[in-house]
Amino acid sequence: MQKSRTLNLGTGTFVLLGFAALFFLTTQTTSRGLSFLSPPHYDVTAKFDNIGDLKVGSPVSMSGVEIGRVVKIDFDESEYKAVVLLRLNARYNMIPVDSDASIYTQGLLGGKFIGLTAGGADTYLKDKDQIDFTQSAFVLENLIGQVLANFTKAKSDSSTPAATDAKPADPKATDKPKATEKVK
Amino acid sequence: MLRELWESLTDALQGLGAVVHFLFRLVANSPRALMRFDLISQQIFNSGALSLVIIMLSGLFVGMVLGLQGYELLERFGSEEALGTAAAIGLVKELGPVVTALLFAGRAGTALASELGLMRATDQISAMEMMAVDPILRVVVPRFLGGVIAMPLLAAIFSVIGIYGAQLVGVQIMGVDSGSFWSQMRASVGHADINEGIVKSLVFGVACSLIAVFQGYYATPTAEGVGRATTRTVVTSAVVILFLDYLLTAAFL
Repeated sequence: MQKSRTLNLGTGTFVLLGFAALFFLTTQTTSRGLSFLSPPHYDVTAKFDNIGDLKVGSPVSMSGVEIGRVVKIDFDESEYKAVVLLRLNARYNMIPVDSDASIYTQGLLGGKFIGLTAGGADTYLKDKDQIDFTQSAFVLENLIGQVLANFTKAKSDSSTPAATDAKPADPKATDKPKATEKVK
Repeated sequence: MLRELWESLTDALQGLGAVVHFLFRLVANSPRALMRFDLISQQIFNSGALSLVIIMLSGLFVGMVLGLQGYELLERFGSEEALGTAAAIGLVKELGPVVTALLFAGRAGTALASELGLMRATDQISAMEMMAVDPILRVVVPRFLGGVIAMPLLAAIFSVIGIYGAQLVGVQIMGVDSGSFWSQMRASVGHADINEGIVKSLVFGVACSLIAVFQGYYATPTAEGVGRATTRTVVTSAVVILFLDYLLTAAFL
């Protein structure tokens, strides 16, 4: 009898530990937590020319505080724009209708997120409203393309106007030694 | 020569068929075996709770190594904060299930195989058949089910301890910021990753337990035969686990 008691105790402890570990993995290491306990929310849409690599699940933040998430991304074929559905926490229900939504990058090469900047209107965003003022994602390739275009233009031009075009390249040249110093 | 090759090929196929047949027998007997849950819980204790110490210790050290190596690698790109993500993804998806299954085959699989092999060698299994007790139902299925239930739990414990090991090295020793360690992990580990780990460990649990009970049950009833059955359990399990791991990873991507 004593033996079966310790045996049951051991089995019980093991199974409890195992399920505690599973619970930890599903709730603590992922962002969603217990998704069936999702707080009350409302949905608004925003149309962007280019969303870069924004994904479903990307955060929506205001002043750096996360207030919601991207729940759906669609493509509007009549306007050729990306339609993003934002699910905002119902606690934050005083966001002016003329607020503006821009897509930013976390860190230098991190994932994209949507940042809202408050407008000045007296009326607030409600469920199924649309944010009209949007700013597209900053796409690194486009920027590199522009810089390259500038360079080739500067080269093809005569040497005198190149001095003005070379200016944007100058800060980079001074930046470089700084960066290497930092590494040291 | 050709004839030998042909014979070894048919032998291998015949062995595979026998394993599949045995698996069907186990599955068919499982509902009835679930009635005697005390037998299964005893086997969960044998293959699960008794493997806890080795799993937890290995998990801690695997996590600590991951923290050290991951830090060293990520520091080159100046993104030490991603250490939490790297450790969690690596542990939950790959190292947790695979290393746990390998340890499980070594710790619990060999015990199962040698136990069943000795039962066969000392005629206990024939004695049960004489008394009209189905040895598959009474002895084999509880061991199989105990292993299948214990494996995912062990893998989850391994992953959690491993994440804490990585945190110990990364945050406490190397000085990665604790907040970014956890928040980056939360931001990039998804439910799909966790599900992949659970499915993998469940499949490995079935494979390991099946191989162990099969090798033990059909062991040659001699001292040498039992020894060979245990060796074969470890070798076959290791190869099958790594092969299945590749298949499952490819299927989940």
